Amino acid sequence: MSDVNYKEIIWNGLWKNNAGIVTLLGLCPLLAVSTSVVNGVGLGIATIMVMAFSNGIVSLARNWIPREIRIPVYILIIAVLVTIIDLSMNAFVQPLYLVLGIFVPLIVVNCNVLGRAEAFASKNPVLPSMVDGFMVGMGLTLILAVLGGMREILGKGTLLSGIDLAFGASAKAWVITVIPDYHGFLLAVLPPGAFIGLGLLIAGKNWLDQRKAARAEPAQAPQAATAAA
Amino acid sequence: MSVYTRHSTKLALVLAAFALVGTTLLALTYSATKDNIAASEKKAKLALIAQILPPALYDNDIIRDASELQPTAELGTAEPTLVYRALKDGQAVAAILEVVAPDGYAGKIKLLVAIKSSGEISGVRVVAHKETPGLGDYIEIAKNSWIKVFDGTSLDKHPSKEWKVKKDGGQFDYMTGATITPRAVIKAVHKALVWYSNNQEKIFSLPAQEQTK
Repeated sequence: MSDVNYKEIIWNGLWKNNAGIVTLLGLCPLLAVSTSVVNGVGLGIATIMVMAFSNGIVSLARNWIPREIRIPVYILIIAVLVTIIDLSMNAFVQPLYLVLGIFVPLIVVNCNVLGRAEAFASKNPVLPSMVDGFMVGMGLTLILAVLGGMREILGKGTLLSGIDLAFGASAKAWVITVIPDYHGFLLAVLPPGAFIGLGLLIAGKNWLDQRKAARAEPAQAPQAATAAA
Repeated sequence: MSVYTRHSTKLALVLAAFALVGTTLLALTYSATKDNIAASEKKAKLALIAQILPPALYDNDIIRDASELQPTAELGTAEPTLVYRALKDGQAVAAILEVVAPDGYAGKIKLLVAIKSSGEISGVRVVAHKETPGLGDYIEIAKNSWIKVFDGTSLDKHPSKEWKVKKDGGQFDYMTGATITPRAVIKAVHKALVWYSNNQEKIFSLPAQEQTK
Protein backbone atom coordinates (compact mmCIF):
# COMPACT_ATOMS: atom_id res chain seq x y z
CA MET A 1 0.00 0.00 0.00
CA SER A 2 2.98 2.23 0.48
CA ASP A 3 3.72 2.13 -3.22
CA VAL A 4 0.69 4.23 -4.06
CA ASN A 5 1.88 7.14 -6.13
CA TYR A 6 -0.35 10.06 -5.21
CA LYS A 7 1.60 12.43 -7.41
CA GLU A 8 0.76 10.31 -10.43
CA ILE A 9 -2.91 10.03 -9.42
CA ILE A 10 -3.13 13.80 -9.19
CA TRP A 11 -1.26 14.39 -12.45
CA ASN A 12 -3.44 11.85 -14.25
CA GLY A 13 -6.67 13.30 -12.94
CA LEU A 14 -5.84 16.93 -13.58
CA TRP A 15 -3.91 16.76 -16.84
CA LYS A 16 -2.68 13.57 -18.45
CA ASN A 17 -5.99 11.69 -18.44
CA ASN A 18 -8.24 14.69 -17.92
CA ALA A 19 -11.85 13.52 -18.14
CA GLY A 20 -13.02 16.56 -20.08
CA ILE A 21 -10.37 16.88 -22.79
CA VAL A 22 -8.52 13.55 -22.96
CA THR A 23 -10.73 10.60 -22.10
CA LEU A 24 -13.79 12.59 -23.20
CA LEU A 25 -16.10 10.75 -20.84
CA GLY A 26 -19.30 12.21 -19.48
CA LEU A 27 -19.61 14.83 -22.19
CA CYS A 28 -23.40 15.09 -22.08
CA PRO A 29 -23.63 17.13 -18.87
CA LEU A 30 -20.35 18.87 -19.70
CA LEU A 31 -21.64 20.26 -22.99
CA ALA A 32 -25.10 21.05 -21.70
CA VAL A 33 -24.15 22.88 -18.53
CA SER A 34 -21.00 24.78 -19.42
CA THR A 35 -22.78 27.96 -20.49
CA SER A 36 -21.22 30.02 -17.71
CA VAL A 37 -18.47 29.76 -15.11
CA VAL A 38 -20.91 29.45 -12.22
CA ASN A 39 -22.88 26.66 -13.91
CA GLY A 40 -19.71 24.83 -14.87
CA VAL A 41 -18.17 24.96 -11.41
CA GLY A 42 -21.52 23.96 -9.90
CA LEU A 43 -21.63 20.77 -11.92
CA GLY A 44 -17.94 20.27 -11.20
CA ILE A 45 -18.36 20.41 -7.42
CA ALA A 46 -21.29 17.99 -7.53
CA THR A 47 -19.20 15.62 -9.66
CA ILE A 48 -16.21 15.82 -7.29
CA MET A 49 -18.43 14.87 -4.35
CA VAL A 50 -20.05 11.92 -6.09
CA MET A 51 -16.79 10.62 -7.57
CA ALA A 52 -14.82 10.75 -4.34
CA PHE A 53 -17.52 8.90 -2.42
CA SER A 54 -18.44 6.38 -5.11
CA ASN A 55 -14.77 5.46 -5.59
CA GLY A 56 -14.38 5.10 -1.83
CA ILE A 57 -17.39 2.79 -1.48
CA VAL A 58 -16.53 0.70 -4.54
CA SER A 59 -13.01 0.28 -3.18
CA LEU A 60 -14.37 -0.67 0.25
CA ALA A 61 -16.64 -3.31 -1.26
CA ARG A 62 -14.20 -4.48 -3.93
CA ASN A 63 -13.38 -7.80 -2.26
CA TRP A 64 -17.04 -8.81 -2.03
CA ILE A 65 -17.96 -8.01 -5.61
CA PRO A 66 -17.65 -11.03 -7.95
CA ARG A 67 -16.05 -10.10 -11.27
CA GLU A 68 -18.97 -11.24 -13.40
CA ILE A 69 -21.51 -8.91 -11.83
CA ARG A 70 -19.25 -5.98 -11.01
CA ILE A 71 -20.80 -3.55 -13.49
CA PRO A 72 -24.42 -3.87 -12.22
CA VAL A 73 -23.12 -3.62 -8.64
CA TYR A 74 -21.16 -0.44 -9.45
CA ILE A 75 -24.22 1.06 -11.12
CA LEU A 76 -26.29 0.17 -8.10
CA ILE A 77 -23.77 1.75 -5.71
CA ILE A 78 -23.50 4.92 -7.77
CA ALA A 79 -27.26 5.28 -8.20
CA VAL A 80 -27.88 4.77 -4.47
CA LEU A 81 -25.13 7.21 -3.56
CA VAL A 82 -26.31 9.92 -5.93
CA THR A 83 -29.88 9.58 -4.69
CA ILE A 84 -28.76 9.77 -1.06
CA ILE A 85 -26.67 12.88 -1.77
CA ASP A 86 -29.58 14.41 -3.67
CA LEU A 87 -32.10 13.77 -0.89
CA SER A 88 -29.76 14.81 1.94
CA MET A 89 -28.74 18.02 0.22
CA ASN A 90 -32.38 18.86 -0.42
CA ALA A 91 -33.30 18.21 3.20
CA PHE A 92 -30.36 19.62 5.14
CA VAL A 93 -28.57 22.16 2.96
CA GLN A 94 -31.43 23.63 1.00
CA PRO A 95 -29.55 26.76 -0.22
CA LEU A 96 -26.80 24.59 -1.67
CA TYR A 97 -29.39 22.28 -3.19
CA LEU A 98 -31.07 25.15 -4.99
CA VAL A 99 -27.76 25.87 -6.72
CA LEU A 100 -26.32 22.39 -7.26
CA GLY A 101 -29.51 20.33 -7.12
CA ILE A 102 -30.23 20.32 -10.81
CA PHE A 103 -26.73 19.00 -11.54
CA VAL A 104 -26.77 16.04 -9.17
CA PRO A 105 -29.11 13.77 -11.18
CA LEU A 106 -27.02 14.56 -14.27
CA ILE A 107 -24.11 12.77 -12.63
CA VAL A 108 -25.87 9.40 -12.58
CA VAL A 109 -25.47 9.32 -16.33
CA ASN A 110 -21.86 10.46 -16.16
CA CYS A 111 -19.78 7.51 -17.28
CA ASN A 112 -16.69 9.02 -15.64
CA VAL A 113 -17.98 7.78 -12.32
CA LEU A 114 -18.45 4.23 -13.57
CA GLY A 115 -15.19 4.46 -15.51
CA ARG A 116 -13.13 5.34 -12.42
CA ALA A 117 -14.90 2.71 -10.33
CA GLU A 118 -13.94 0.08 -12.89
CA ALA A 119 -10.47 1.33 -13.80
CA PHE A 120 -9.19 2.42 -10.40
CA ALA A 121 -11.34 1.88 -7.32
CA SER A 122 -11.91 -1.83 -8.01
CA LYS A 123 -8.16 -2.46 -7.77
CA ASN A 124 -6.94 -0.01 -5.14
CA PRO A 125 -7.37 0.72 -1.42
CA VAL A 126 -9.91 3.22 -0.15
CA LEU A 127 -7.80 6.33 0.34
CA PRO A 128 -6.05 6.38 -3.06
CA SER A 129 -9.42 5.62 -4.67
CA MET A 130 -11.03 8.61 -3.01
CA VAL A 131 -8.09 10.82 -4.01
CA ASP A 132 -8.40 9.52 -7.57
CA GLY A 133 -12.13 10.25 -7.68
CA PHE A 134 -11.56 13.70 -6.23
CA MET A 135 -8.79 14.51 -8.69
CA VAL A 136 -10.64 13.28 -11.78
CA GLY A 137 -13.60 15.37 -10.65
CA MET A 138 -11.24 18.30 -10.11
CA GLY A 139 -9.83 17.92 -13.63
CA LEU A 140 -13.36 17.96 -15.02
CA THR A 141 -14.19 21.02 -12.92
CA LEU A 142 -11.21 22.92 -14.35
CA ILE A 143 -12.34 22.19 -17.90
CA LEU A 144 -15.92 23.09 -17.04
CA ALA A 145 -14.77 26.39 -15.54
CA VAL A 146 -12.56 27.30 -18.52
CA LEU A 147 -15.16 26.22 -21.10
CA GLY A 148 -17.90 27.98 -19.13
CA GLY A 149 -15.75 31.12 -19.00
CA MET A 150 -15.06 31.04 -22.75
CA ARG A 151 -18.72 30.59 -23.61
CA GLU A 152 -19.84 33.20 -21.10
CA ILE A 153 -17.42 35.89 -22.32
CA LEU A 154 -18.24 35.25 -25.98
CA GLY A 155 -21.94 34.70 -25.44
CA LYS A 156 -22.83 37.30 -22.87
CA GLY A 157 -19.75 39.46 -22.41
CA THR A 158 -19.64 38.78 -18.67
CA LEU A 159 -17.92 36.49 -16.18
CA LEU A 160 -19.41 34.95 -13.03
CA SER A 161 -22.98 35.89 -13.92
CA GLY A 162 -25.41 34.02 -11.70
CA ILE A 163 -23.00 33.99 -8.76
CA ASP A 164 -25.70 35.70 -6.70
CA LEU A 165 -27.63 32.41 -6.80
CA ALA A 166 -24.81 30.83 -4.80
CA PHE A 167 -23.77 33.67 -2.48
CA GLY A 168 -26.89 35.81 -2.11
CA ALA A 169 -27.94 39.04 -3.76
CA SER A 170 -24.90 40.98 -2.54
CA ALA A 171 -22.70 38.83 -4.77
CA LYS A 172 -24.29 40.48 -7.82
CA ALA A 173 -21.49 43.02 -7.57
CA TRP A 174 -18.92 40.29 -8.28
CA VAL A 175 -20.15 39.85 -11.83
CA ILE A 176 -17.43 41.08 -14.16
CA THR A 177 -18.50 42.79 -17.33
CA VAL A 178 -15.69 41.91 -19.71
CA ILE A 179 -17.14 43.56 -22.79
CA PRO A 180 -19.41 46.50 -21.90
CA ASP A 181 -22.58 47.10 -23.90
CA TYR A 182 -22.26 43.69 -25.54
CA HIS A 183 -25.21 42.34 -27.45
CA GLY A 184 -24.34 38.70 -27.08
CA PHE A 185 -23.12 36.06 -29.46
CA LEU A 186 -25.79 33.39 -29.32
CA LEU A 187 -23.74 30.65 -30.97
CA ALA A 188 -21.40 30.50 -27.98
CA VAL A 189 -24.25 29.88 -25.55
CA LEU A 190 -26.05 27.31 -27.70
CA PRO A 191 -24.79 23.69 -28.05
CA PRO A 192 -22.54 24.30 -31.10
CA GLY A 193 -20.57 26.76 -28.99
CA ALA A 194 -19.88 23.97 -26.50
CA PHE A 195 -18.53 21.65 -29.19
CA ILE A 196 -16.37 24.34 -30.80
CA GLY A 197 -15.05 25.47 -27.42
CA LEU A 198 -14.26 21.92 -26.34
CA GLY A 199 -12.51 21.28 -29.66
CA LEU A 200 -10.32 24.36 -29.09
CA LEU A 201 -9.46 23.22 -25.57
CA ILE A 202 -8.46 19.74 -26.79
CA ALA A 203 -6.35 21.31 -29.54
CA GLY A 204 -4.77 23.61 -26.97
CA LYS A 205 -3.81 20.73 -24.71
CA ASN A 206 -2.38 18.73 -27.59
CA TRP A 207 -0.38 21.75 -28.71
CA LEU A 208 1.08 22.20 -25.21
CA ASP A 209 1.92 18.50 -24.93
CA GLN A 210 3.57 18.42 -28.35
CA ARG A 211 5.61 21.52 -27.65
CA LYS A 212 6.81 19.96 -24.44
CA ALA A 213 7.65 16.71 -26.19
CA ALA A 214 9.49 18.56 -28.96
CA ARG A 215 11.60 20.40 -26.39
CA ALA A 216 12.38 17.24 -24.47
CA GLU A 217 13.27 15.23 -27.55
CA PRO A 218 16.48 16.90 -28.76
CA ALA A 219 17.94 16.74 -25.28
CA GLN A 220 17.18 13.07 -24.83
CA ALA A 221 17.94 11.63 -28.24
CA PRO A 222 19.68 14.10 -30.50
CA GLN A 223 21.30 11.37 -32.54
CA ALA A 224 18.07 9.51 -33.15
CA ALA A 225 16.51 12.74 -34.37
CA THR A 226 19.30 13.42 -36.86
CA ALA A 227 19.22 9.83 -38.01
CA ALA A 228 15.54 10.08 -38.71
CA ALA A 229 16.07 13.28 -40.68
CA MET B 1 -26.66 -29.24 -8.97
CA SER B 2 -23.88 -28.61 -11.45
CA VAL B 3 -20.98 -26.37 -10.58
CA TYR B 4 -22.26 -23.73 -13.04
CA THR B 5 -25.70 -23.60 -11.51
CA ARG B 6 -24.17 -23.25 -8.09
CA HIS B 7 -21.92 -20.43 -9.28
CA SER B 8 -24.77 -18.57 -10.96
CA THR B 9 -26.93 -18.93 -7.89
CA LYS B 10 -24.16 -17.49 -5.77
CA LEU B 11 -23.80 -14.50 -8.11
CA ALA B 12 -27.53 -13.89 -8.10
CA LEU B 13 -27.56 -13.96 -4.32
CA VAL B 14 -24.67 -11.49 -4.07
CA LEU B 15 -26.41 -9.12 -6.48
CA ALA B 16 -29.65 -9.49 -4.54
CA ALA B 17 -27.79 -8.73 -1.30
CA PHE B 18 -26.31 -5.53 -2.78
CA ALA B 19 -29.76 -4.54 -4.08
CA LEU B 20 -31.27 -5.18 -0.66
CA VAL B 21 -28.64 -3.10 1.14
CA GLY B 22 -29.01 -0.31 -1.42
CA THR B 23 -32.79 -0.27 -1.18
CA THR B 24 -32.67 -0.27 2.61
CA LEU B 25 -30.27 2.67 2.62
CA LEU B 26 -32.50 4.57 0.21
CA ALA B 27 -35.61 3.83 2.23
CA LEU B 28 -33.91 5.04 5.41
CA THR B 29 -32.62 8.21 3.74
CA TYR B 30 -36.03 8.89 2.24
CA SER B 31 -37.85 8.61 5.54
CA ALA B 32 -35.19 10.69 7.30
CA THR B 33 -35.39 13.50 4.77
CA LYS B 34 -39.05 13.40 3.75
CA ASP B 35 -40.40 15.98 6.20
CA ASN B 36 -37.56 18.41 5.70
CA ILE B 37 -37.92 18.23 1.94
CA ALA B 38 -41.68 18.72 2.06
CA ALA B 39 -41.21 21.72 4.32
CA SER B 40 -38.61 23.34 2.09
CA GLU B 41 -40.64 22.65 -1.05
CA LYS B 42 -43.60 24.33 0.57
CA LYS B 43 -41.40 27.27 1.54
CA ALA B 44 -40.11 27.59 -2.02
CA LYS B 45 -43.66 27.48 -3.39
CA LEU B 46 -44.83 30.09 -0.88
CA ALA B 47 -41.89 32.31 -1.84
CA LEU B 48 -42.89 32.05 -5.50
CA ILE B 49 -46.52 32.80 -4.64
CA ALA B 50 -45.43 35.74 -2.48
CA GLN B 51 -43.85 37.29 -5.58
CA ILE B 52 -47.20 37.53 -7.33
CA LEU B 53 -49.60 37.83 -4.41
CA PRO B 54 -48.59 39.73 -1.25
CA PRO B 55 -48.98 37.37 1.75
CA ALA B 56 -50.68 40.19 3.71
CA LEU B 57 -53.70 39.92 1.44
CA TYR B 58 -54.77 36.48 2.63
CA ASP B 59 -54.84 34.49 5.85
CA ASN B 60 -55.50 30.89 4.80
CA ASP B 61 -53.01 28.07 4.25
CA ILE B 62 -52.83 28.62 0.52
CA ILE B 63 -50.91 25.41 -0.22
CA ARG B 64 -53.24 23.15 1.74
CA ASP B 65 -56.35 24.81 0.31
CA ALA B 66 -55.19 24.25 -3.25
CA SER B 67 -57.52 22.18 -5.34
CA GLU B 68 -57.15 20.15 -8.47
CA LEU B 69 -58.36 21.51 -11.76
CA GLN B 70 -59.10 19.20 -14.66
CA PRO B 71 -57.35 19.92 -17.99
CA THR B 72 -58.83 23.07 -19.46
CA ALA B 73 -58.41 24.15 -23.08
CA GLU B 74 -58.65 27.84 -22.18
CA LEU B 75 -55.73 27.51 -19.78
CA GLY B 76 -53.75 25.42 -22.25
CA THR B 77 -53.38 22.61 -19.74
CA ALA B 78 -53.33 19.00 -20.84
CA GLU B 79 -52.95 17.52 -17.38
CA PRO B 80 -54.71 18.21 -14.10
CA THR B 81 -53.23 21.32 -12.48
CA LEU B 82 -53.54 23.04 -9.13
CA VAL B 83 -55.44 26.21 -8.45
CA TYR B 84 -54.43 28.11 -5.31
CA ARG B 85 -57.18 30.03 -3.58
CA ALA B 86 -56.43 32.97 -1.33
CA LEU B 87 -59.03 33.82 1.32
CA LYS B 88 -59.22 36.53 3.95
CA ASP B 89 -61.71 35.98 6.79
CA GLY B 90 -63.30 33.31 4.62
CA GLN B 91 -63.84 35.71 1.72
CA ALA B 92 -62.30 35.01 -1.69
CA VAL B 93 -59.43 37.39 -2.34
CA ALA B 94 -57.56 35.96 -5.29
CA ALA B 95 -56.83 32.79 -7.21
CA ILE B 96 -53.55 31.59 -8.66
CA LEU B 97 -53.83 29.55 -11.83
CA GLU B 98 -51.26 27.36 -13.52
CA VAL B 99 -51.42 28.36 -17.16
CA VAL B 100 -49.61 27.00 -20.22
CA ALA B 101 -48.86 29.09 -23.30
CA PRO B 102 -48.65 26.37 -25.96
CA ASP B 103 -47.24 28.50 -28.78
CA GLY B 104 -43.90 29.78 -27.50
CA TYR B 105 -40.98 29.99 -29.91
CA ALA B 106 -39.61 26.72 -28.49
CA GLY B 107 -42.61 24.88 -27.14
CA LYS B 108 -44.70 25.39 -24.08
CA ILE B 109 -44.25 28.21 -21.59
CA LYS B 110 -45.58 27.46 -18.12
CA LEU B 111 -46.94 30.38 -16.14
CA LEU B 112 -48.41 31.15 -12.75
CA VAL B 113 -51.09 33.82 -12.97
CA ALA B 114 -52.50 35.45 -9.84
CA ILE B 115 -55.86 37.13 -10.37
CA LYS B 116 -57.63 39.16 -7.68
CA SER B 117 -61.36 38.78 -7.20
CA SER B 118 -61.83 42.19 -8.79
CA GLY B 119 -60.54 40.66 -12.03
CA GLU B 120 -57.26 42.54 -11.76
CA ILE B 121 -54.00 40.69 -12.29
CA SER B 122 -51.85 40.68 -9.18
CA GLY B 123 -48.84 39.19 -10.90
CA VAL B 124 -47.54 36.70 -13.46
CA ARG B 125 -44.40 34.57 -13.33
CA VAL B 126 -42.85 32.19 -15.82
CA VAL B 127 -42.23 28.85 -14.12
CA ALA B 128 -40.69 26.91 -17.00
CA HIS B 129 -39.81 27.66 -20.62
CA LYS B 130 -37.37 26.72 -23.38
CA GLU B 131 -37.13 30.04 -25.19
CA THR B 132 -33.83 31.07 -26.77
CA PRO B 133 -31.31 32.23 -24.14
CA GLY B 134 -30.49 35.87 -24.61
CA LEU B 135 -33.44 36.53 -26.91
CA GLY B 136 -36.75 35.18 -25.70
CA ASP B 137 -35.81 34.54 -22.11
CA TYR B 138 -36.55 38.10 -20.97
CA ILE B 139 -39.93 36.76 -19.84
CA GLU B 140 -38.06 35.30 -16.85
CA ILE B 141 -38.00 37.58 -13.82
CA ALA B 142 -34.35 36.68 -13.21
CA LYS B 143 -33.41 38.17 -16.60
CA ASN B 144 -35.77 41.08 -16.99
CA SER B 145 -38.74 42.76 -15.35
CA TRP B 146 -40.83 42.60 -18.52
CA ILE B 147 -43.27 40.09 -16.99
CA LYS B 148 -44.44 42.86 -14.64
CA VAL B 149 -46.27 44.58 -17.54
CA PHE B 150 -49.25 42.49 -16.49
CA ASP B 151 -49.37 43.78 -12.90
CA GLY B 152 -52.62 45.62 -12.33
CA THR B 153 -54.07 44.95 -15.76
CA SER B 154 -57.59 43.62 -16.16
CA LEU B 155 -60.24 42.98 -18.79
CA ASP B 156 -62.01 46.18 -17.69
CA LYS B 157 -58.93 48.31 -18.26
CA HIS B 158 -58.00 46.74 -21.56
CA PRO B 159 -60.61 45.37 -23.96
CA SER B 160 -59.74 42.08 -25.64
CA LYS B 161 -58.35 43.68 -28.79
CA GLU B 162 -55.64 45.45 -26.78
CA TRP B 163 -54.21 42.18 -25.45
CA LYS B 164 -51.45 42.12 -28.03
CA VAL B 165 -47.90 43.39 -28.38
CA LYS B 166 -47.64 46.99 -29.63
CA LYS B 167 -46.37 45.76 -32.99
CA ASP B 168 -49.72 43.99 -33.53
CA GLY B 169 -51.75 47.02 -32.47
CA GLY B 170 -52.06 46.06 -28.81
CA GLN B 171 -50.84 47.88 -25.75
CA PHE B 172 -48.04 45.64 -24.42
CA ASP B 173 -44.37 46.39 -24.76
CA TYR B 174 -41.98 43.78 -26.12
CA MET B 175 -38.34 43.57 -27.02
CA THR B 176 -36.87 43.66 -30.49
CA GLY B 177 -35.69 40.29 -31.67
CA ALA B 178 -38.28 38.18 -29.94
CA THR B 179 -41.95 38.86 -30.61
CA ILE B 180 -43.26 35.31 -30.74
CA THR B 181 -42.48 34.70 -27.08
CA PRO B 182 -44.34 37.72 -25.61
CA ARG B 183 -47.20 37.13 -28.07
CA ALA B 184 -47.65 33.63 -26.64
CA VAL B 185 -47.46 34.85 -23.05
CA ILE B 186 -49.89 37.73 -23.57
CA LYS B 187 -52.36 35.45 -25.34
CA ALA B 188 -52.21 32.87 -22.57
CA VAL B 189 -52.65 35.47 -19.79
CA HIS B 190 -55.58 37.02 -21.61
CA LYS B 191 -57.27 33.65 -22.07
CA ALA B 192 -56.72 32.87 -18.39
CA LEU B 193 -58.37 36.17 -17.41
CA VAL B 194 -61.39 35.47 -19.60
CA TRP B 195 -61.68 31.94 -18.22
CA TYR B 196 -61.35 33.22 -14.67
CA SER B 197 -64.11 35.79 -15.09
CA ASN B 198 -66.45 33.03 -16.34
CA ASN B 199 -65.50 30.45 -13.72
CA GLN B 200 -64.71 32.48 -10.61
CA GLU B 201 -67.47 30.91 -8.52
CA LYS B 202 -66.61 27.41 -9.61
CA ILE B 203 -62.97 27.86 -8.61
CA PHE B 204 -63.85 28.78 -5.05
CA SER B 205 -66.43 26.04 -4.65
CA LEU B 206 -64.00 23.23 -5.56
CA PRO B 207 -63.13 20.92 -2.67
CA ALA B 208 -59.68 21.43 -1.21
CA GLN B 209 -57.31 18.65 -2.04
CA GLU B 210 -55.16 17.60 0.89
CA GLN B 211 -51.64 17.65 -0.39
CA THR B 212 -48.94 15.35 0.73
CA LYS B 213 -46.12 17.07 -1.14
